[in-house]
Amino acid sequence: MNKPIENTAITDSKKRYTAGVLKYRQMGYWEPDYEPKDTDVLCLFRITPQEGVDPVEAAAAVAGESSTATWTVVWTDRLTACDSYRAKAYNVQPVPNNPGQYFAWIAYDLILFEEGSIANMTASLIGNVFSFKPLKACRLEDIRIPVAYVKTFKGPPTGLIVERERLDKFGRPLLGATTKPKLGLSGRNYGRVIYEGLKGGLDFMKDDENINSQPFMHWRDRFLYVMDGVNKAQAATGEVKGSYLNVTAANMEEMYERAEFAKELGSVVLMVDLVIGWTAIQSMSNWCRKNDMVMHMHRAGHGTYTRQKTHGVSFRVMAKWLRLAGCDHMHAGTAVGKLEGDPKTVQGFYNVCRESYNKQDLERGLFYDQDWADLNKVMPVASGGIHAGQMHQLIDLFGDDVILQFGGGTIGHPGGIQAGAVANRVALECIVKARNEGKDILNEGPEILRKAAQFCTPLKQALDTWGEISFNYTSTDTSDFVTTASPSN
Amino acid sequence: MMTNPTGKITQGQFSFLPELTDEEIEMQIQYGLDKGFAWSIEYTDDAHPRNTYWEMYGNPMFDLKDAAGVMMEMRECRETFPHHYIRLMAFDSTRGVESITMSFIVNRPPVEPGFTLSRQEIGGRSMRYTTVGVAASKPEGERY
Repeated sequence: MNKPIENTAITDSKKRYTAGVLKYRQMGYWEPDYEPKDTDVLCLFRITPQEGVDPVEAAAAVAGESSTATWTVVWTDRLTACDSYRAKAYNVQPVPNNPGQYFAWIAYDLILFEEGSIANMTASLIGNVFSFKPLKACRLEDIRIPVAYVKTFKGPPTGLIVERERLDKFGRPLLGATTKPKLGLSGRNYGRVIYEGLKGGLDFMKDDENINSQPFMHWRDRFLYVMDGVNKAQAATGEVKGSYLNVTAANMEEMYERAEFAKELGSVVLMVDLVIGWTAIQSMSNWCRKNDMVMHMHRAGHGTYTRQKTHGVSFRVMAKWLRLAGCDHMHAGTAVGKLEGDPKTVQGFYNVCRESYNKQDLERGLFYDQDWADLNKVMPVASGGIHAGQMHQLIDLFGDDVILQFGGGTIGHPGGIQAGAVANRVALECIVKARNEGKDILNEGPEILRKAAQFCTPLKQALDTWGEISFNYTSTDTSDFVTTASPSN
Repeated sequence: MMTNPTGKITQGQFSFLPELTDEEIEMQIQYGLDKGFAWSIEYTDDAHPRNTYWEMYGNPMFDLKDAAGVMMEMRECRETFPHHYIRLMAFDSTRGVESITMSFIVNRPPVEPGFTLSRQEIGGRSMRYTTVGVAASKPEGERY
């Protein structure tokens, strides 16, 4: 601070490009007067500089390391229009109530990114920079993708509107369940669970993330028995049914082969895990678009990026990337179930999936306006430790455009799997009906459910078994939003 | 007689609940009108899960803002086709939606014969499935 000259960009070219090491802010990565352009990619990082590292220098370093910088001055910069390639940190503010942490706003010129490639975007934005030594931790909190860039992505192959038209299901959340136990069922036993759940009233059954092709059940066997269950249930109910066939495999050739077989058997939907990576996700999305298939995304592994507040990538950023990359379903949290999620923050994820335009909403963790340029919408999935007794809370939180998945809450029902499915479907329909009739479902929900249980024994059994179960742990991922103007640095 | 837990075709928003009374139907219609949706009445005697286009009982009622008016049309349709499936559908013309936003059955045949599953065994263990309406082979109008 006692040498102010070091704190601003050096404008004299000769000085700027003399061999040696400069501070990032001297190299042009800190521009407090920068006005972001409509075509810039904007990122908000939460950074925790090492002891003694100035936050502005740390922000400039993040801008540098996620764009053009290397650790020392290179003369080859002068062969390029290097000013436009440098990302620019333009604002740094302390995170309220979190000493040592700072929000850093950084802008990237559109030219830095390859059209339609999440792999390329992530290689810059969460590449080397996340291992950068002067930072103890770094988290990408939110991102604004300019319309110009959004339009280079094809997005969801089906989208939630067309999915509903294909399935002929409107005006209510969809219902699903994950087949349990996750591992060990033979193909034949597995198909039994599918048939019972779907005939009982669910719209979808689901493979779990780690069901691929293990010794106890090879993938072809699973697909054959599952589709027998799906088609039997469809004939028994007169309703379109589906089961997410997980085609996750070791390589693209194998995934394409499994997808082709799913198509041959008449499945309306297939599934991949997040762990297959961005390029594989975009390839499978192309395949689904070509073959009229709904693509279900299980976000297996996302917690390794998203869960810690100080380091990683927020799920709202992952959700934006997934919508661009193109999946039709995306697990986005339950807020009331067994898995991580503050209700407002989770609603923010849902808005990213479903809105045409996200307005800035600090309370829900949305730091930027995001125009989706008519890109298809993603159906969010609420799954993990939820049951029929929470139906009013779930519909109040998430509305109609969501898939509610009750795995244990269906298969663990004391009256059997069909009874479990009936309980969930009756709970769903009676709450939707009551809401439309103008009832205050959040407060009257338990009573509405109890009333419906008078004509539906399976619902009564479900409420008696799980009515009191809740998972009230403090969330680790809340939005540290700024309610009032905080001191600028 | 269908053997699923409801004993009937489970399409639409409310097939797992007791049949809606006319008062309850009117409340749903009002909810849709308050949201700016346009109601439409459709009927069929072929409720195959992939029969997308039921017959329209007139065009969607874009300018009808009164639930009683929709109810009147629905009662007329019921009188004309007492043994058909009849459903109410709400259309939302909002940009980015432009599709159906509500759909529920308001009339059913007295007996719902349902469907059978036809299996064609092909290529080893593979199978080609077709859902066939039990009554679908009869001529239109004579199915239920």
